[in-house]
Amino acid sequence: MTAVTGADAARPVPEGLERFPFPLTEDAYRYSTNVEPARKPVRTAAGGWGTRIIDIDGHYDGELRERAAILQRDPSRMALAPHMGPAAWDALMYCLECLAREYPDRMGLVREGRRFAWSNRLQDLRVDGVIGDDDSVPGGPLTFLAGQIQEDIALLDKREGALWLDGGVVTFASNWSMAFDVGMRFLEIHGPVPRVHEERVITRAHDFLMRMQPGEAYRRTNWSMTVDRRLDVSTETYPEWGSSRTEVLEDPRLPQRLHLRVEVQHLIALPHTGAVLFLIRTYLEPFERLAQIPQWRARLHAVLSELPQDMADYKGLARYRPRLVQWLAGEDTVRR
Amino acid sequence: MTALPPALRDGLDLMVTEVCRYSERLVSLRMRAADERPLPSYVPGSHLAVACGDGINAYSLTGSGLYPERYAVSVRLDAAGAGGSVAMHRLRPGDVLRSSRPRSQFAPVAQARRHLLLAGGIGVTPILSHARAAHEWGTSADVLYVHRPGEGIHAAELRELAGPQLSVACLTSREAFGRALRGRLAGSPLGTHLYACGPEPFMEAVLRAAREHGWPEGRLHAESFGAASLDPGEPFGVKLPDGTRIPVPAGVSLLEALESAGRAVPNMCRQGVCGQCALTVTAGRPLHRDHYLTEAEKEENRLIMSCVSRSLDRELEVRP
Repeated sequence: MTAVTGADAARPVPEGLERFPFPLTEDAYRYSTNVEPARKPVRTAAGGWGTRIIDIDGHYDGELRERAAILQRDPSRMALAPHMGPAAWDALMYCLECLAREYPDRMGLVREGRRFAWSNRLQDLRVDGVIGDDDSVPGGPLTFLAGQIQEDIALLDKREGALWLDGGVVTFASNWSMAFDVGMRFLEIHGPVPRVHEERVITRAHDFLMRMQPGEAYRRTNWSMTVDRRLDVSTETYPEWGSSRTEVLEDPRLPQRLHLRVEVQHLIALPHTGAVLFLIRTYLEPFERLAQIPQWRARLHAVLSELPQDMADYKGLARYRPRLVQWLAGEDTVRR
Repeated sequence: MTALPPALRDGLDLMVTEVCRYSERLVSLRMRAADERPLPSYVPGSHLAVACGDGINAYSLTGSGLYPERYAVSVRLDAAGAGGSVAMHRLRPGDVLRSSRPRSQFAPVAQARRHLLLAGGIGVTPILSHARAAHEWGTSADVLYVHRPGEGIHAAELRELAGPQLSVACLTSREAFGRALRGRLAGSPLGTHLYACGPEPFMEAVLRAAREHGWPEGRLHAESFGAASLDPGEPFGVKLPDGTRIPVPAGVSLLEALESAGRAVPNMCRQGVCGQCALTVTAGRPLHRDHYLTEAEKEENRLIMSCVSRSLDRELEVRP
């Protein structure tokens, strides 16, 4: 555990919050092209995060089991256009190299020409593969990668002056559908986001991604809210989680059940194909725990009080907002 | 030379390991990282920006780009050039040069049904890279390489790649190339992407022929080298944020005018390709002549590439 500095130095940080990527850095939130270089360390009131591209934490086994079960139930969460084979291999090798470099005690990669040996001690796994031979790794390169990392994976092809979502394994989507969006342009996928068109945020992000040189890696964060610790809030499973959003409003345990959902998205121009790899890592923490860090409690209160209505609507948090703001201010008045 | 541009600052030190002289004018160099670390993979058709002589020159890498053990480039001696090729021809094994990481500006289109790869002279270097990648990944490609007799530096390597998915024709006469080209332009399957690299007249001829055969612009990819000579343009002036006014005479670029006035601007290719010398335009309308900005950005008139672009108005207001 890390200690919080300042007035609350004596109070210990709840387990797991030290590395939580708390995304709010100002008292007002607006969409921006908030892209920064990957691996840049960030300090937070509870500790820090950001030194790695791929993050392994205590949820590793559980999240990978959950992903495997989702893929078994619904294979449409994985997609790969036929022309994206080389990009899928590029993504796999890039990520395995990252893991071997960043977790040398648990992961190992040895390569000789196109042949490689991968070992993952967390899974007691050893695989000998051949780059370009899809049958040499279980499930093919993209599905295999999805079994090694907690991040969701999206692959974008660059052509005709645009980026196209032409592949990925996305099991933990936040209210979108991989099967629906696959084959679309980046700009089409982001069509429904309010304000970003006037402010040219998405267009600028698009131009930025188009210009990234192979090997470059950047990241950004995004956030919303989810009821209970549920990673899979995709369009496909809406019938399972949709009603919890109204039901929780009457629940006195709202601060325990409502989670801040933070996505750390890495944007990587792959070295050999130039395709853009999006890694989307989702972190969930209940407000009840976040509020134990006084600076975070104050920041959340300020941001949620100020957030314009259209943004609150798009993020799906308008209904929770009044009660959450009251509770963060220490004046929760809902009957117990 | 002014301070290194960012691409070289964040670049690589490369040590020459082999020099292979093909002819008096053509030489191939193989290089490894000076610190012996593995070299980054690269996208087929990529180039290195290399500090050589007094300037920075771009050289296409000739490998497939997948886990290269060496970086290889080929350089044609251009005695009339700025001196970069002369410096490159003097390199010996053990010499170290500063280079950017590989930069991709001539990438294959993954979705293409076939790549029609057209090389003129030393323009064969990125074409060889594309052909090698097509060979490794089993994608369909059709190579036409025209060169002067005795200057077919990569003809043998290209022929070795030929197979059921990859056809190669190396020609030494313009007429034979023209006939072969017309055949390919008429007979390639829909969804073929054309890639051309060579001297400016070669590229103009190839692209004109492709347009005459009804090829859409989106299927045409050209990498020029030996800087297309742009017309000298009309004189204009720039005003800087501190109020300084600097004249830009005809035949002098905005970048050169700023440099002569002691206002260095980060730059690299000086050909309107790399995007490093962009300036923000606060008043006036630029005459865009670069290959870097998108059409939409050109219409916005918010940025200007100072190495090649000029002004429609008598004065532009710019800031770094």
